[in-house]
Amino acid sequence: MALLQIAEPGQSAAPHEHKLAIGIDLGTTNSLVATVQSGEARTLTDISGAAMLPSVVRYQADSTTVGEQAAQAATQDPANTLISVKRFLGKTQAEIQQSYGQLPYDFCEHDGALAIKTAAGKISPVTASSDILIALKQRAEESFAGQDILGAVITVPAYFDDAQRQSTKDAAELAGIKVLRLLNEPTAAAVAYGLDSGQEGIIAVYDLGGGTFDISVLRLNQGVFEVLATGGDSSLGGDDFDSLLVDYFKRETGVMNLSPSVLRLFINKAKACKEALSQYAKVNVGLEFDDEKHMVEVTREKFEELAVPLVKKTLRSCRRAVKDAGIENDDVLQVVMVGGSTRMPIVRNQVAEFFSKEPLTSIDPDRVVALGAALQADVLVGNKPDSDMLLLDVLPLSLGLETMGGLVEKIIPRNTTIPVARAQEFTTFKDGQTAMSLHVLQGERELVDDCRSLAKFSLKGIPPMAAGAAHIRVTFKVDADGLLSVSAMEKSTGVQADIQVKPSFGLSDDQVANMLKESMTNAKGDMQARMLKEQQVEALRVIEALDASLATDSQLLDETELGVLKTEIAALAAIRETAVEPSDIKAAIEKVDNASSVFAERRMDASIKKALQGQSVDNV
Amino acid sequence: MRYFELFAIPVDYQIDLATVNKNYLDLQRAVHPDRHANSSSRDKLLAVQNAAEINDALQTLKHPVKRAEYMLSELGVDIRAEQQTLQDPLFLMQQMELREELEELSSSSGPDAAIGQFEQQIKQLDGQYSAQLAVQLASADEQQWQQAADNIRKLKFVYKLRDELERIEDSLFDD
Repeated sequence: MALLQIAEPGQSAAPHEHKLAIGIDLGTTNSLVATVQSGEARTLTDISGAAMLPSVVRYQADSTTVGEQAAQAATQDPANTLISVKRFLGKTQAEIQQSYGQLPYDFCEHDGALAIKTAAGKISPVTASSDILIALKQRAEESFAGQDILGAVITVPAYFDDAQRQSTKDAAELAGIKVLRLLNEPTAAAVAYGLDSGQEGIIAVYDLGGGTFDISVLRLNQGVFEVLATGGDSSLGGDDFDSLLVDYFKRETGVMNLSPSVLRLFINKAKACKEALSQYAKVNVGLEFDDEKHMVEVTREKFEELAVPLVKKTLRSCRRAVKDAGIENDDVLQVVMVGGSTRMPIVRNQVAEFFSKEPLTSIDPDRVVALGAALQADVLVGNKPDSDMLLLDVLPLSLGLETMGGLVEKIIPRNTTIPVARAQEFTTFKDGQTAMSLHVLQGERELVDDCRSLAKFSLKGIPPMAAGAAHIRVTFKVDADGLLSVSAMEKSTGVQADIQVKPSFGLSDDQVANMLKESMTNAKGDMQARMLKEQQVEALRVIEALDASLATDSQLLDETELGVLKTEIAALAAIRETAVEPSDIKAAIEKVDNASSVFAERRMDASIKKALQGQSVDNV
Repeated sequence: MRYFELFAIPVDYQIDLATVNKNYLDLQRAVHPDRHANSSSRDKLLAVQNAAEINDALQTLKHPVKRAEYMLSELGVDIRAEQQTLQDPLFLMQQMELREELEELSSSSGPDAAIGQFEQQIKQLDGQYSAQLAVQLASADEQQWQQAADNIRKLKFVYKLRDELERIEDSLFDD
């Protein structure tokens, strides 16, 4: 294995070396991967030159295929060919049946989480997503033979809740991808457009994909993309327009009960019909199956009549987002269209009418999200140290706790800028109560039953006190990826409970670790080698980061402090070269981390002071 | 008062929103986790904490009631967790009348004009209590602070009316 050269602290080995980071649009229908080269973002293609990878995975007893080849098998092998699995991330079987009706899959439970029975066993939506991610990662690796991919920005619908975000991150972990950031799709699109046009002001991003709808209102100001409000529907997309046509075909042909393969045929025909209607005023759809032959005529007028209620639904979300942003429709400078479904004329016309301006479609709506993600990945990985770009995103849905009577008390309201930390105090309601259970929810409604249940946990060991005497402080923290962690503490005794919020129906940390282990023992990868490699890359990152900080700010430490830190860095560099156990490198990284904590604090304080330098003197 | 110092603005209830917003972006440029994506995990943790505090400070400074409550708590009078204790019969009477007026709005013959008029009333009340608050919160007199607390409670009523009005406007717009 080729090991990289380690430089002495203070001098970087290769200061201008381009680091490889990728942007991934993990879409419902299609997925893409992009990267920045010579300052230009571009999507990466497969051997045949296609940028879009159909988000389809086919599971057979002895093989797994992803993409176009899998998609072509959908009609003949519907039950083993998983399509649009993104819609199932972080969901329960009941929710899926309620939202999507008939699907050609055999759903089941696997370790308490949703899975689909296939020829290759029970496959969870997380596993299927990770197989798509692996295919994209391989494409990037082949494009840049021999270069390590240091990390990825993966996009998610802005309106994804905590369970759906966490599932996406789990899928990336399973695929062996280091996630630099989960980025909201409309924000990614805004980055691609904003950096392109250089204009400043308020823009609205209307993103109608295969399975999700997002609307985001952003303010662009000197490289800062500030999301003012976001809204949408995480189960409304192009697929729903298809299913309107499927229902229409059923009515017209009189064939109401479809077998899985005929259902798949109807869905495929519906999709093709919808796409054709964007160009033609009338389409004849031939439906041949078993011994039946049908021809259904669909006019654009008929389709639009069916589609209007769905489009109106998206516009209601737009109105709320504009209002939440505290602006008027007229304040919107530009409307950006994202997602393949915005090719439908009815969508473009209605959006144009709503905002009273022609929406922008100059960047390919299928690729714009991946391009924006690549641009941010490039900045995050450190290729653009002088970049002014900063993305300030918001929490899409309110977070709260269950209180008495099945009501939800909101702790962090929707559209709060992240990262954010909020605490609230609760008390016991019975004399001598020693435990308290906490139920974390996400959503806008007042009743527990109408919100998304994220997690339940309990705080035990509260000393017996009179009702109302205990003070339990519950703290919600949401990081820059939009992921929540919750902790609870009884104030007088310090009894504490912490949880990383894992979806009520999703996978636990242990499950993810197990799946990771399984996938590695089954497949080519040698786990030990992979983990060692990961730690070596991480160690190098830590050393380079500290070298760079020391080069500019070493004066913040005295001689002794500096000496200690440099010794630990040198020790890590040595261990990184010689260690065979990943845990040895991990321990050395932790030692460096501890040795650098004072340095980190002083640097942060110094940068805050520097940010507003001069103003404090003038103003106060 | 830490939030005011953090944003490098004078400690005064009347704030210049443009300066606050500008300084907010400068602060986030310095501390946001994305600006420290390549740093050590210590740096990243600090970045998240600092960014969260700056976001919280912004929300507090921008919102008139939160700002007033924050200033008052820094002066030693914390009313943020209290149950409502306003005792001012005249004010409550006026509120009841306004509520009745509000309820009749949607059935009025010219709702647009009526809504506009009601908005004016709210603005006038808002201005009146805010101006008083600015003086009371700048004072060193503890009695003034108690009056400020009452004024904050009144402002909350006024903002509730405003929210209510918005809801009515929305429902009219929906039809």
